[in-house]
Amino acid sequence: MGEKPRIEDDSSDTDRLRLAGDLTLEWAVELRDLLRRGHAGGVDARGVGRMDSAGALLLHRHASDNGMGEDALLLREEHRALLRAVAGAADASSSREPGEGWWRPFLGQIGATVHGLGTQARALVGFLGLTLSTLAGVVVRPRRLRVTSTVFHMQQTGLDAVPLILLLNFLVGAVIAFLGATVLREFGAEFFVVELVGFSFMREFGVLLTAILLAGRTASAFTAQIGAMKAREEIDAIRVLGLNPIELLVVPRLLALLVMLPLLTFLAILAGLAGGMLVGLLSLEISPEMFVARLEETVELRHFLVGMVKAPVFAMVIAVVGCMEGFKVGGTAQSVGERTTSSVVQSISLVILLDAMFAVFFMEMGW
Amino acid sequence: MSGEPDTVISIQGLRNQFGRQVVHRDLDLEVHRGEILGVVGGSGSGKSVLMRTILGLRRPQAGRIEVLGTDVLDGSDTARRLLEQQTGVLFQDGALFSSLTVAENVEVPLKEHHPGLPADLRRDLARLKIRLAGLPDEAAGKMPSELSGGMRKRAALARALALDPQLLFLDEPTAGLDPIGAAAFDELLRTLQRSLGLTVFLITHDLDTLYAICDRIAVLADKRVLVVAPVAEVERHDDAWIRDYFHGPRGRAARSAVDREPTPHTSG
Repeated sequence: MGEKPRIEDDSSDTDRLRLAGDLTLEWAVELRDLLRRGHAGGVDARGVGRMDSAGALLLHRHASDNGMGEDALLLREEHRALLRAVAGAADASSSREPGEGWWRPFLGQIGATVHGLGTQARALVGFLGLTLSTLAGVVVRPRRLRVTSTVFHMQQTGLDAVPLILLLNFLVGAVIAFLGATVLREFGAEFFVVELVGFSFMREFGVLLTAILLAGRTASAFTAQIGAMKAREEIDAIRVLGLNPIELLVVPRLLALLVMLPLLTFLAILAGLAGGMLVGLLSLEISPEMFVARLEETVELRHFLVGMVKAPVFAMVIAVVGCMEGFKVGGTAQSVGERTTSSVVQSISLVILLDAMFAVFFMEMGW
Repeated sequence: MSGEPDTVISIQGLRNQFGRQVVHRDLDLEVHRGEILGVVGGSGSGKSVLMRTILGLRRPQAGRIEVLGTDVLDGSDTARRLLEQQTGVLFQDGALFSSLTVAENVEVPLKEHHPGLPADLRRDLARLKIRLAGLPDEAAGKMPSELSGGMRKRAALARALALDPQLLFLDEPTAGLDPIGAAAFDELLRTLQRSLGLTVFLITHDLDTLYAICDRIAVLADKRVLVVAPVAEVERHDDAWIRDYFHGPRGRAARSAVDREPTPHTSG
C-alpha cells in the first residue's frame, strides 16, 4: 500500500529536491534517507501523493536543520495546513533532553529509594503517634470505643485464624523435632529434642510464625478494607461528618489485634509442642509424660515470657502498617493492589527485623 | 488508493441484539470523508454499541458494514489489520495503559505497526502527537495516574492519532470535563480535524459540542438512525425526543450561545 518516495531528476530546477511518492509513516525511514542525501536547497513536494504528520515532521526538520525559510518548501495547498500544524507543534519547544548515561537513571533510582525509605519511616512513626494519642483518648473516655467493631475484628483476625495457626505450628514443631532427632541421634542425645522444641517455640517460633501469618493475612485485609473505603471517598465522608477516621477504623483494629495476637501465640506454642511431642513418641520413643516432665524440668518460665512479651509489639506493627497503607491508597483500583502488596512486605520485614533486635537484646540481658 | 470513495463508513441493515433485547434494527448510516459526525441518543439507545460494532469489537446479528472500502465483518485479516492502522479510537475514560508513561502509550501503536522505525524518529513522532494534542512536554514522562481528567483525554487522543489515522472515533470526549476544558477540547478537535484531514465519528451528550464543531448529526432513536442532517435541520425535526433534546432548557442555552457568537468553523 502506498508508493515509495523518490527523487525525480529534473534539470529544469536544480536548486530544489523534487519529491514524488507518498510521504507517510510507513515510508518514514526511506524519506529521511532521501532528505539526508539531498542537498541544502529547497524541497519541491508538489508532486507527492499522500502526506501525513510523519512526512510533514521530516520535511519540517529538514527545512529547519538547513536553515530554510517556509518558502523553500513547495507544497500543495492541502498539505500546507498540515505542515503548519506540525511546525507549530514541533517548534513549541525544541529543547532536546540532555544526553543520558546509563548511570543517571541508576543513581536516580537509588536516590528515590533511599528518599522513599526515609519518608516512609517518618510517615510510619507519625501515624503510630497519631494512633497512640487517639488510643489514649479512647482509654480516657471508654465510651468512645466502638465495641461492636472491635469484637467483629477480633473474630475476623483472631478466631477465624485459629485453625490455620494450629495446623502450621503443629507441622513446624514436628519438622523441628525431626531435624533435631536426626542430628542429636549421632551424639546419643535424642532426649534434647524436648529442649530444642520447647526453647525454639516459646522464645521464637510461636510468636514469629503467628506474627508472620497475621502480617500476610490481616495486614493485607486491613489495607484492602480501608483502601477500598478511601478509593470510594468514604474516609472523606467520615471526616466531613465530624467523625475521626482513626478512632473509627484504626483503634478497633489495633485493639482487636493487641488482644488476639498474644492469644494466638499461646495456641501456636501449644501446637508446636504437640507437633514435637508426636515426633518424639513416634520416632524417639519419648512418651508424652516424659516429654512434659522433661519440659517442666529444663525450660523455665522466663522463656515463655520472653516470647509472649513480643506479641503485643508485633500486633502494633501489623495493625499500624496495615491501616496506614490503607490510608495511602489513591483513587484507583490499581493503587489498592499496590498498597496491599506494600503493606504485607513492610509488616513481614518489620516483624522479622524487630524479632532479630529482640533476640540480641534478650541475649545481652541474659534472659 | 487514489480512487477513495467519498463515503468512509457505510452501514446497511444493521441488527444488534442482546438476548431478546433488540438494540439496533435495520440501521443504516453513512459517514462522509472529512466530516465530523455527531452521534446523539438517549441513554441505552446503543451509541456505544454502534461504535463497537463498526470497530469490529462486536459481531452484529445481521447487516453489512464497510469502512474505507473494507468489509469489517467478512474482510480478510490483512484487510482488517490495514483498517486498524487507519482508525484511531478515544475511549470514554481514555483507556491509557496504566503501567506506561504517556510517551510510551503513544509509542505502542508505532512499535506494533511500524517495527522498523528507528527509536529516535519514533520518539520524535510521539512527542509531536503529544504536542498536537495540546499537552506540555513535561506530560510525556508522566504516568496516566498523575494526569488530570482533561489531560488524560488529551493523552489518549495523542495515542489515537499516533498512526495518522484517516478515521477517528471518539466516545464522549468531553464527558467529565469542566466547560472551559470541554470548549478547549472541541477547539482542538476542530483544528486537528482540519489540518490532518480527519473524518470524525463523535458520540456525545454535550450540546455545546454538537453546535460548535459537528458538520452533521445522527440521532439514534427507535433502534435506528432517525435522522442525519446538519444541526439546524435536525432541531426542526418533529420527533418528540429530538424536540425535548434540542428545545429543552439546556438546548436553548447552547443554541443561544452559538447565536451570540457566530460559528467559528465556518470561517477558514
